[in-house]
Amino acid sequence: MANIDLAKDAHSGEIPKPNTAAIWRTFYILLGITVLEFIVALAPFLMWIPHGWKVVLYAIMTVAKAAYIVGEFMHLRHEVKFLIYAILLPMIFVAWLLLALIYEGGSVFDLRHF
Amino acid sequence: MAHANTLETQKGIDWNGGNEPFKASWGKLMMWFFLLSDAFSFSSLLITYGLIRYSHNAYHGEAEAFKFSLDWWPVPEKVFEAVPFLGDGYPLVFVGIMTFILIMSSVTMVLAVEAGHRRDRKDVEKWLLWTILGGFTFLGSQAWEWTHFIHGTPEGGAIDIYGNVIYGANLIQNQYGPAPFANLFFFITGFHGFHVFSGVIINIIVFYLVAFGVYDNPHRETDPGAEPYEMVEKVGLYWHFVDLVWVFVFTAFYLI
Repeated sequence: MANIDLAKDAHSGEIPKPNTAAIWRTFYILLGITVLEFIVALAPFLMWIPHGWKVVLYAIMTVAKAAYIVGEFMHLRHEVKFLIYAILLPMIFVAWLLLALIYEGGSVFDLRHF
Repeated sequence: MAHANTLETQKGIDWNGGNEPFKASWGKLMMWFFLLSDAFSFSSLLITYGLIRYSHNAYHGEAEAFKFSLDWWPVPEKVFEAVPFLGDGYPLVFVGIMTFILIMSSVTMVLAVEAGHRRDRKDVEKWLLWTILGGFTFLGSQAWEWTHFIHGTPEGGAIDIYGNVIYGANLIQNQYGPAPFANLFFFITGFHGFHVFSGVIINIIVFYLVAFGVYDNPHRETDPGAEPYEMVEKVGLYWHFVDLVWVFVFTAFYLI
């Protein structure tokens, strides 16, 4: 029965109105964060921030953007809890590997130069 | 009906089959798992970038006095400061435009998916075409960026160990800094660009099939159990993933 109803919907010509408010809200948030990144990178009045702190700011803003893209555009936020964890948990380990090997890179630098 | 009743009475037992723990269709789940494995590929490249970047010297002097040298990793806003038709002196402007194009095409893709939920074939076609156009524009921008990166500037940059000025960039040496800088740039933005290219091709195929009404009918033998226009949703997932990767590539290469 359900399938027949779906087929009827597809051909009845009754098309609902678009509901895109959430999509555009996410777009403006992404655009805002990107503009903020450029301000941190280029604005003369922020030149006093040490590079290390800027990297931390970039990392926070990048993860925020990723969260909005995956959560809203890819709809993961609205999926079942287990699916969210199945995707998220492996990436947390990857993020840990990234941190660990950046730290290791600093150690390689020390071994080469001192 | 008897089958449904059995499931009803055994609520909480997930080992007898016939239920959907993830409440997502087979195709969408497989796309998610593919994207997870693809994320591992990109992560391995970006982790390599992080390790090599931090095992090289950073530039510590005044920003105005910066010049390209093999002794330190280049500052991104000094490398990427050219815009088509305008020339040099616009740090990160062109890459900002590229980022905007990719985010915009992600938005048009999600609008196509939304139109698919409403079974509005005309709207799906419209937004898919915008997405394809955005993808081609991004690829064109990247081609220009690569050309400029490879040709370099007329005055050249870093001095090699024999005292000669290096012009442009290749996999052996580059005018911007240590050799791994250009190697990683080519590998990572190239791998991402290849994903954008495949995404555009897949979008074109899906646009073609949407235009012929293939996804109007939920009873297709090729994809049993799929909702109408679910394929738009699946290629949408892939396209958003490409946008997501660019967010990380952008931070790694153009900001840090």
